Parts: sequence; C-alpha cells; structure tokens
Amino acid sequence: MIEILQEYWRPFLWSDGYQLSGLAMTLWLLTASIAIGFVASLPLSVARLSRYRLVRWPVQFYTYIFRGTPLYLQLLICYTGIYSLEAVREQPLLNDFFRDALNCTILAFALNTCAYTTEIFAGAIRNIPYGEIEAAKAYGLTGWRMYVYVIMPSALRRALPYYSNEVILMLHSTTLAFTATVPDILKVARDANAATFLTFQSFGIAALLYLLLSFTLIGLFRLAERRWLAFLGPAR
Amino acid sequence: MYKLTVEGLYKRYGDIEVLKGVSLKAKKGDVVSLIGASGSGKSTFLRCLNFLEIPNAGTITLDNEPIRLEPDDHGLRVADDKQLQHLRTRLAMVFQHFNLWSHMTVLENITIAPRRVLGVNKQEAEARARAYLDKVGLPSHLADQYPAFLSGGQQQRVAIARALAMEPEIMLFDEPTSALDPELVGEVLKVIQSLAEEGRTMLMVTHEMGFAREVSTQVVFLHQGRVEEAGAPSKVLVNPQSERLQHFLSGNLK
Repeated sequence: MIEILQEYWRPFLWSDGYQLSGLAMTLWLLTASIAIGFVASLPLSVARLSRYRLVRWPVQFYTYIFRGTPLYLQLLICYTGIYSLEAVREQPLLNDFFRDALNCTILAFALNTCAYTTEIFAGAIRNIPYGEIEAAKAYGLTGWRMYVYVIMPSALRRALPYYSNEVILMLHSTTLAFTATVPDILKVARDANAATFLTFQSFGIAALLYLLLSFTLIGLFRLAERRWLAFLGPAR
Repeated sequence: MYKLTVEGLYKRYGDIEVLKGVSLKAKKGDVVSLIGASGSGKSTFLRCLNFLEIPNAGTITLDNEPIRLEPDDHGLRVADDKQLQHLRTRLAMVFQHFNLWSHMTVLENITIAPRRVLGVNKQEAEARARAYLDKVGLPSHLADQYPAFLSGGQQQRVAIARALAMEPEIMLFDEPTSALDPELVGEVLKVIQSLAEEGRTMLMVTHEMGFAREVSTQVVFLHQGRVEEAGAPSKVLVNPQSERLQHFLSGNLK
C-alpha cells in the first residue's frame, strides 16, 4: 500500500510526468463535458419545446439517439469510428481534432450529457406553472425577455436536483475515458495494478478518490439548492 | 371621450361560443364590475382586453387608438407587436390565482416589468415598489421574501402592487378574491376600494355583489356571452329589470 502511494501519488493526483492525469484529468473531463453540455442544452431545451416541428424534431432525434445508445459505444464511434473515415482524415482541421484522444473523449461525453441535460431542462420548463407565463405576457415580458427573466431562471432552479444527479452520473461515466487512452483516475489505477499486482489497493485508492469527488459535488449542490430553491417555500 | 371602447367582441372555442358580441364603454375613473354566473364569459372578456385570449371578432379602442387586428390561421391576431406590447403596459392585470413569479422575491416581482419593459432604472423601480407595498398595506420587511412564504391575501396584495408599479391607465381584476380564504377577502377588497376612490379606471370581474355595489360606477351583467343588463349599480343591482338578473342576484345576495 505504502509503495503504491509512494510511487503513484503524483499520477493519481495530477500528473504522470508529461500530461495531466488521475484526479486532475477526471476533473477536467467532467468540467469540460458538463460545461459544454450545459451551455448547449440551454437553447436546445427551448428548441425541444418549440411549437414548430422542424425545430423540435431534430433536437428530439438527437436526444433520442444519445440517450438510446450506450456511452461506451458513442465514445468508440467518436474515438475510432470517425477517424477511420477517409473524408475526415483528408480535412486537416478534422484530422487534427479527431487524432487527439482527449478531444474525442470530451466530444463524446459532452454530446451525451447534453442530451440528458436538454431533456431535464425541457422538463423543468414544462413544469413552470402556466399562470406565471401568462403573467409575464400580461406585463409585456414577451419573447426573449420572457425566457431570460422568467422561464430560464425558474426552470434552471427547479431542475437543480435532477441536474445534480446528472453531474454525479457523468462523473462516474468518465471512467470510460481510459478505454480511449486518456489517463484519468481509473487509468492510473490500472497502471499501478499492472506494475505492482496490488489489485485491491490500486482500485481501492481509485474508489476513494471517486467517493471524495462525489461527496464534494453533492455538498456543493446541496449548498446551491439551499440558496436557489428557497423560493419553493417552507412546505417543500 | 371614452378611455376604453369595446365593440362587438366575439370569442369562440371550437364550436362553443363564449362571447357573442359584447360591447362596453368606460370613461377615465370608471369602475366597471362584470358580474354573471360562471361560464357567462366575464373572465374571457377581461382576458381578451389584453389579448391573453385573442377575440374572433370585434374592436377594442384605447384613447381613440384602435387596436389593429388581422386574420391568421387561428382567427385574429394583433397586427403590430409593438402596439400589443404598448397596450399591455397600459393595462395591468391582477389574476385570480395571483400568478406571482415564484422564483423572484416580492421586490423583484414588483420591479422586473418596470425595469425590463418600461426601462425604469433600478433605484427608481425599487423606490416605486416600496411605495406601492406600503400603499397595499404590506410591511417593508416582506420585500425580500419569496411569494411562497406569504399568505394568499398578502400575495394578492403583492400582485396589486406589481400592477400599480406599471402605473397603468386601466387595471383589470380577474376575480381577485375568489381564491382567498374568507377571512382574507376583506384585506384585499379594502385595497381595491382605496384604488377605486383614487379615481383609477378599473375593470373587475367579481362575485362580491356588496362590494360591486359599493365601489362601481357601472355594473355589467353577462349571461351566456351577451350583455343582459348594464348600468349604474344603484339601478342594476337594486332594481334589476331582467328576470335572469333577478334570479342571479337572489341566489347571490343572501
């Protein structure tokens, strides 16, 4: 146990010598994919509820595909599948992007979490009491003003408990990154295991790191809920 | 000159005709009470005035400025979005179920539309909001509360303050006390009465006959989408001519 810690504490935490690894890499994967997914899901969730079929259907199709297939498969297609296409390799820009494992991994994760987040936000928008929308109209808060001041602030708050779930699940999903050679916590644990054969200890350390991350995230979300869900009232 | 003129307002949902040509005129300072059984179309009529419902036919004129309507697939729509926006800032609505924005504090509820629609600056809007909170009789420490922490009567008074903060030309009240516990009705009626006495132009859908008689300058009795009887409360409510109104009032004034 001590040997593993002595030898591998640095890769487990932030660097394997020439790039980010372990905890730092896992955190980077998580924040990058969550951030992209969040930003993209805001307009997509609005589009998902559009009254125009031509706007609504493509988004529905996208979330259907990405929620209906395993993340591992999506990662494989992004990482190996797309690069196997000649058309992609011929384009210098695409070639550079898809040759990099980390790019492919973040793209796959972001597309996946964005699909779930879009549905979560769309559900929250749908759950806003209709009277509040009507009041917004009656007071001239129409069009973009309605979304910016009434619908989105209310929906994002209401979505918080479901969104925090999605973030924790995404944290656990980042463990797939090692299959694309990205040195996250699990990859370091596998390296440590292969070098020392201290299997229980290697994976045990990884598990502790994930637990630590999960509890920190849960704590942060609890604070956020206390602040932003207070409006639901004393009876909540 | 009339502040508000409505002529031949007609509204249909599918095959059901809710309003069959309702007309109404109100001068500045008038308090018009709309009464009638449920389903008579009085709420629909009120909601047509600020186009929460789009009428199928009819004209609405505010200060000699007719609201231009044009036909589309669903019936009519307001031809000019700017005119609609402007109209809605001149008519402020108080809803039966308050419809406060639950994620905003009381102060934010009252300041958001003046700030974001009328372009009033923050300090000015907040000063206005506090003045109107005081006017509807709410203590200033409630300003930072969320609506869910307030009683129904307090919420409705916040909603009235929200309407007042728009400094509207006409206030529309859609059964403002129907969702309140009986012991909370009085506090809200008192506020509305004080507004009526200030000479504000108001249209009010109500089931409170005693209140209507006391504050209105005009009472309109709707029956099945038509104006059955209209006039001063001293005439219409005290000495009703039509049999239906007599029947309606005998059921109401117990």
